[in-house]
Amino acid sequence: MLDQIVFYFFAALAAISAVLVVTRRNIVQCAIFLITALLATAGIFLQLHAEFLFIVQVILYAGGIMVLFVFVIMLINLDISLHQAQYNRQWWLGLLLALVVGAHLILAVAVGRSVLPFGEPAPATMLEPSTQIVGRTLFGEYMLPFEIASILLLVAMIGAVVMAKKKV
Amino acid sequence: MHAVIQYLISIWVPLVCALVIVGVLPLVTGYIVLMERKVMADMQARLGPMRVGPHGLLQPIADAVKLLIKEDIIPDEADKAIFWIAPLISVTAGMLAMSALAIGPWFQIADLNVGLLFIVGISALGIFGIVLGGWSSNSHYSLLGALRSAAQLVSYETAAGMAVVGALLLAGTLSTREIVTAQGDYGTWFIFAAPVGFFIYVVASIAETNRAPFDLPEAESELVAGYMTEYSGFRWALYFLAEYTNMVVVASIATTLFLGGWLRPFAGTPAFNFLDYFPSALMIFVGAYCLYRAPKQPVKVQQLFMMVLGLAFFGVALILAAPLIGRVNDMLPGLKPGLHGAFWFLLKVGSYIYLFMWLRFTFPRYRFDQLMRLGWQFLIPLSIVNVMGIGLALVLHRQWGWSHWTAFPLTTALTLLVAGWLGWAGEKKDKEHVFVGES
Amino acid sequence: MIPTSHYLFLSLGLFTIGIIGVVTRRNVIIILMSIELMLNAVNINLVAFSRLVGSAEGHVFAIFIITDAAAEAAVGLGIIISFFRNRETLLSDEMDLLKW
Repeated sequence: MLDQIVFYFFAALAAISAVLVVTRRNIVQCAIFLITALLATAGIFLQLHAEFLFIVQVILYAGGIMVLFVFVIMLINLDISLHQAQYNRQWWLGLLLALVVGAHLILAVAVGRSVLPFGEPAPATMLEPSTQIVGRTLFGEYMLPFEIASILLLVAMIGAVVMAKKKV
Repeated sequence: MHAVIQYLISIWVPLVCALVIVGVLPLVTGYIVLMERKVMADMQARLGPMRVGPHGLLQPIADAVKLLIKEDIIPDEADKAIFWIAPLISVTAGMLAMSALAIGPWFQIADLNVGLLFIVGISALGIFGIVLGGWSSNSHYSLLGALRSAAQLVSYETAAGMAVVGALLLAGTLSTREIVTAQGDYGTWFIFAAPVGFFIYVVASIAETNRAPFDLPEAESELVAGYMTEYSGFRWALYFLAEYTNMVVVASIATTLFLGGWLRPFAGTPAFNFLDYFPSALMIFVGAYCLYRAPKQPVKVQQLFMMVLGLAFFGVALILAAPLIGRVNDMLPGLKPGLHGAFWFLLKVGSYIYLFMWLRFTFPRYRFDQLMRLGWQFLIPLSIVNVMGIGLALVLHRQWGWSHWTAFPLTTALTLLVAGWLGWAGEKKDKEHVFVGES
Repeated sequence: MIPTSHYLFLSLGLFTIGIIGVVTRRNVIIILMSIELMLNAVNINLVAFSRLVGSAEGHVFAIFIITDAAAEAAVGLGIIISFFRNRETLLSDEMDLLKW
């Protein structure tokens, strides 16, 4: 019961804030609602017993990436953009296509329901000390992808510095 | 029956702990502020607050009442909703972070298996309160303070995180309770195994809590009051509460990770068991000092107040001494670790905060580019080297069978060598650097 | 207990909202934020499946996605800053020159 309350609360919070992210006019408010959506997702991770992922989501997404976003938003003055049109000229076409994609996804889940055990509740947690298991998987089986990811981060860091520097 | 009691304990103990933290923390922060003013006064050879209550002991309450009844001003041009909610974000993040702390083996709201990361992560969310508050005030000083704060926090969080990783490698767990137990099993606090990590954490945590000498976000000679320039009254008090809560949080992290949490000094050595009498002795000393000062107070009420205070300290001393009596200890075996654990934990947190104050009144403020250079070119490389050094020591100890006494000093010496080289290289570069407007 | 399909519906809902944001908004920062929203929706999916199958691989992939999101945000915001410095605008439909 408590499980369900937690899940539907966070799901509703995430969905509502996601809608507000794409509809608000003020970028700072968009960023705040994105933070709310990300934290709600973190709550859903916790409800799924993914504690480590929950904290990664809070530290990296909410605490790291979003601070970067807010920082950049404040560096760039936004008084002008408040009074400009918020949607591009072909927004109706984009909306239509996005809804088509969404309908496809719903169809996929609905069809998959008969093949995979989607309908039943997920089995009770089999991953008990989830942090240890994630660590072992990450540094055992997925060692090479992990190293590649660290190189990706290095490349991104150099790229961001070069890009944002005034004179190269 | 037993199951019912167990259930009630599992529900009510965390709830009571949470209520105690939320209720007591504002008072504690008030008294930390008083302590800070007294320490500052002492270092500057003056008396500090002396008017409200004997030796200014009631000053925090007077300040709180003043701030509560002050007018709550919201600037016309401010973004009202965000302006209103920003201080709440900071306070909530700070208080939420306290929920995973283990203050003694009894007093803990939740023992998460990602406990320490939870504290670090949630307390980092407090930055949004500062940034949004600074932005929504619609003032240049506030915005500059907020930007500085964000840049500073992002830079120093990396170094603090790497220092924490070093200690976590030693503990082998993320749960706050098990980290302290691991230090008991090692027989030494992690500060002696990883002194460089502790140093990095001290510097980085000062920067993270925006305190002098790294208080650039609220540097009063440059930015009025930084991100809180437009705040007044209760909301300003909330920011203050958040700042001091964060201080308590980082002090608690340092205590848990490096200073042995609730463990007594030399916890495993029976020869030092006389230290069990230290808590009571300290309380008796404080109480006796209060009684000694009581007749010297100028007003009758103040004399009475000091007497009551001294007796209260004697009472606390009695409570702390109770578990030392054999019979009581046999009846309630959990009492001693609970009470004495909390005492040692709070004493260590207090000493760490005192260290913060000491540094604040000793060092002049850094310039912003110096701050950034210190973070990125000294602390972050050093913290990475520190993690590698601890890893090396663990390999030497566990795989090659070296003893603690050779493995850890060796890697610490190597890390210090790197630190010296980094400092020397930075100094050299600093001399070559010509400032704009200087030539 | 909550059936896995509910997680999937939530995830695809967020994903669709993210797509809508990317294709309809003009402000580049909001487009970038919508992309973050989409990546986030994928994470929910992965973790829910991880629970269903009972393996930690979904968690590992979610960590990789978060890493990727961090890299993407850093580079994307770097591009936005340098673009804003040159053109004084944040609108995607004014970004119509290949070389400045």
